[in-house]
Amino acid sequence: MLELAIKGSKKYWVWILGLLTIIGIAFIVYLWQLDFGLGITGMSRDVSWGFYIAQFTFLVGVAAGGVMVVLPYYLHDYKAFGKITILGEFLAIAAVIMCLLFIIVDLGQPMRLLNVLLYPTPNSVLFWDMIVLNVYLLLNIIVGWNVLEAERNNVHYPVWIKALAIFSIIWAPAIHTVTAYLYCGLPGRGFWLTAILAPRFLASAFAAGPALLILLALIIRRTTKFDPGKEQIQSLAKIVTYAIIINVFFFLCEVFVVFYSRIPSHMSHLQYLFFGFHGHGALVPWMWLSITLMVTAIVLLVIPATRKNETVLAGACVCVFAGTWIDKGLGMISGGFVPNPLHHVTEYIPTVPEVVIALGVWAAGFFVLTLLFKIAVTVKEEVSGV
Amino acid sequence: MNDKSKIIAGLIIFVIFITFPFWYNMGKAAPVPEPKLTDKAKLEKECVEPKQFMKVEHMQILDVWRESVVRNASRTYVSKTGKKFNMSLASGDDSCIGCHSSKVDFCDKCHNYASVRPYCWTCHIEPPKEKK
Amino acid sequence: MENSRRSFLKIAGISALGLGTKPVLNVFASGENSEKREAEIQKNPAALKAKRWAMVIDTRKYESEEDLKPIVEACNKIHNIPKHTNKRHEIMWIWFDEFKYVFTNQEHEFVDDRVKHLPFLVLCNHCEKPACVRACPTKATFKRDDGIVLMDFHRCIGCRFCMAACPYGSRSFNFRDPRPFIKEENKEFPTRMKGVVEKCNLCAERLAVGKMPACAEASNGAIVVGDIYDSESEVRKLLKNNYAIRRKPELGAGPAIYYIV
Repeated sequence: MLELAIKGSKKYWVWILGLLTIIGIAFIVYLWQLDFGLGITGMSRDVSWGFYIAQFTFLVGVAAGGVMVVLPYYLHDYKAFGKITILGEFLAIAAVIMCLLFIIVDLGQPMRLLNVLLYPTPNSVLFWDMIVLNVYLLLNIIVGWNVLEAERNNVHYPVWIKALAIFSIIWAPAIHTVTAYLYCGLPGRGFWLTAILAPRFLASAFAAGPALLILLALIIRRTTKFDPGKEQIQSLAKIVTYAIIINVFFFLCEVFVVFYSRIPSHMSHLQYLFFGFHGHGALVPWMWLSITLMVTAIVLLVIPATRKNETVLAGACVCVFAGTWIDKGLGMISGGFVPNPLHHVTEYIPTVPEVVIALGVWAAGFFVLTLLFKIAVTVKEEVSGV
Repeated sequence: MNDKSKIIAGLIIFVIFITFPFWYNMGKAAPVPEPKLTDKAKLEKECVEPKQFMKVEHMQILDVWRESVVRNASRTYVSKTGKKFNMSLASGDDSCIGCHSSKVDFCDKCHNYASVRPYCWTCHIEPPKEKK
Repeated sequence: MENSRRSFLKIAGISALGLGTKPVLNVFASGENSEKREAEIQKNPAALKAKRWAMVIDTRKYESEEDLKPIVEACNKIHNIPKHTNKRHEIMWIWFDEFKYVFTNQEHEFVDDRVKHLPFLVLCNHCEKPACVRACPTKATFKRDDGIVLMDFHRCIGCRFCMAACPYGSRSFNFRDPRPFIKEENKEFPTRMKGVVEKCNLCAERLAVGKMPACAEASNGAIVVGDIYDSESEVRKLLKNNYAIRRKPELGAGPAIYYIV
C-alpha cells in the first residue's frame, strides 16, 4: 500500500515539501546542538528539562488519545467507529514517533542511547517508558496496517489482529500512566508529587487526542472524497466533552489540596504558574489563557446546539487542543522546576534554536501522519468506489 | 516491459556508486604504521601484558580497568609476572601515558590508520605536546 | 557484587583470549604451586575504607563566606570544575547558601542572627536511598557499598532524570564543553565532556589512595569525614556530643551530610 503515498495532487506535494523544508532546517539546527551541546537551549541547572520533554509529555497523551476511537469499536462493537479506527491508530503512530524523537533531541549524549538496553535498569521509570512506547508503536503499526490491508482486499481482518487491538487498548493508558510516573514519583518536586498526576494526564490526553482527530476528520472531509462521518464526529465530540470536564475537575482537585493544605513546597509551583513567585511570572498569562480556553471549550461542547454545529465544534476542538497543550507543553514541566529545591527562582524560556528543533520534530510527525492518512484515505476512496 | 535499458543503466550507476570507495582508494593503501615508543617505554621492554596481547586487547584492558576503577575503587592491576600497575589512563607517572607520553606518536599512529576515534581525551587530559 | 563478577568475567575473557584459559580465581589456589600466575585486580592497601561514609559540618567553626571560599576553591581546583560565564550552564559540586535556602523546611522569621547570616555549605548528600540512583536508566549513577553515590561519566546518556529526581539540587549538567572554562587543569583528574551530568564524588579518587576529601582538608577542622557505623570514628563522636540536623530528612532519602548548628 506504500505506493499510495507517492501519488498525490499538487497541493499534497506542496504540503509534503513544506514539511520536508522545516525538517531540513531543524535538522541543521540540531547538528549545531549536537556540536555545541544543550547549551543552545534555554534549559539550565535549575530547569533541567524544558520544551522538548514537555512536548514529549503532551504527545504521549495524543498517542494514547487515539485509543478513544479504537476502544468503542473493538470493545463495545460500536460499528460507526469502524470507519475511522485507522485514523486513531495512524495518529498514534505519528505521535509516538514524535515522542521518541523528542527524547532523542533532549539527550546530552544521544549516541549512547543504547546504554538503556545495554544496562537495563528496571528501577528506572525511563526504562519502562522506553518499553511501553516502543510496544505501543509496534502494536499500532501492526494492527493499523493489517486492518487497512484487509479492508482494501475486501476481506475480514484475521482474529489475531483483534486480539492485538484489544491488547493495544489496554496498553494505551499504560503509556501515559508510565509517563506520569516519570514525574510523580520524585520526592523533591512538590508540583508533580501527587497521585492525581496520572489520571490528570489521561484526562487531558483523552481530550486532546480526540479533539485533534475531529479536526483532522474535518480536514479530510474537505480535502478528499472520504467522509469520516457526521455521527462519528459527534460521538468523538462527546468523548472530548467528558474528558475535558474531567481534566478540569482533576486540576481543581489539585488546586484545592495544594491551597487548602498550604504546604509551601507544593503551593509555590502553582503560585509561580498562575500568580508569579517572588516577582517572576513568565508563564502567568499563558496559564490563564489555558484555563480560559478549556472553560470556553467546555461551554461550547456541553451545549448540544453549539456542539452539533461543526464550525463551532471545530473552534471548540482548537480550544481544547491549545488549552491542554499550554497546560502540558508549557506549564507542566518548567512549573515543576520553579522554584528549585532550594526555593530559588530560575525562570525558563525556550530559545529560538530550541523552538526550531521542536518545530522540526512536529513537522516530522506531521510528515508521517500525512503519508499514513494519505494511504488510509486512498484505500477508503478505492473501497467505496468514488 | 520496454524499460530494460533504463533499468540496466540505473543498475550500473548504482553499482559504480556503492563501490566508489573501493576503486577511488585503489593502489593508495598506506603502509601499516608502527607506534613510536618513548625511551622510558623502550627500557621497560614489556607493558602491562606482552606486546602482542596489548596490541590486540588494549581496549579490553582499558574497559575492564575503567569499570573496576570507577565502579569498584579497585585500582591496582597485578600482571601475570606479578608486577603491579596503577590502573590509570592519564594520572601520574605510573599511568598509561606516564610511559607512553606522546599521544601523537603512540595512540594516534594506529588510530588514525585504522580510522578509529576513541574520545578518551575529551575528558582525560592528554600529555602536553613535546616542545621541539 | 555484580561489579566484581562482571570484571572477573571480563578478565577471565581476556585470559582466555590471549594467554591461557585458567580463570582468575585460580591465582589463589595455584600460588604455591609456582605455576604461571594469572592477572588479578587488587585494591590499594592504603585506601581509606568505611562501612558507610558520612560528613559532619561544624558550622560553629567558621564565620563568613571568606572562610568557606578556600574550601569550595579546593574542590573546584582538583576536580577541574569550570567557571562558566553563563549562569544557566553553571557547574557546582560544593557551594554555599543562606540558612533559609539550605534548610527550606526549618526556616523561621526569628532565627538567631548568627544562623540567619551564616553561609551553609551545600553538596551531594550521598543519600542512603538516593532518588537519583533509582531514576537513572543506565546505572550511570550508582551507590557504592560504602555509601558513596558516584557518577560513571562514560555511561551517562545525559537524560537528566537524576537532576529531576534529586531533592537537594546537587547535580549539574554539562550544557557545553567545560574545557574552555577551566583556568588551570589538574592533570591528575579528568575533565568532563558536554552532555553528561556531574556532582560531588566525596573525593572517591582521594579516598582510594588514602587521602581525606579535599574540602575536609581545606576546612581547618570544620568538615569531618568518617565512618558513621564505626562508634569510635570522629564523626560519631561529634554526633554524640552535639545536636546535628540534616537537609529535608522528611523525604526519607537518608542524607549523609550532618550540620552542627
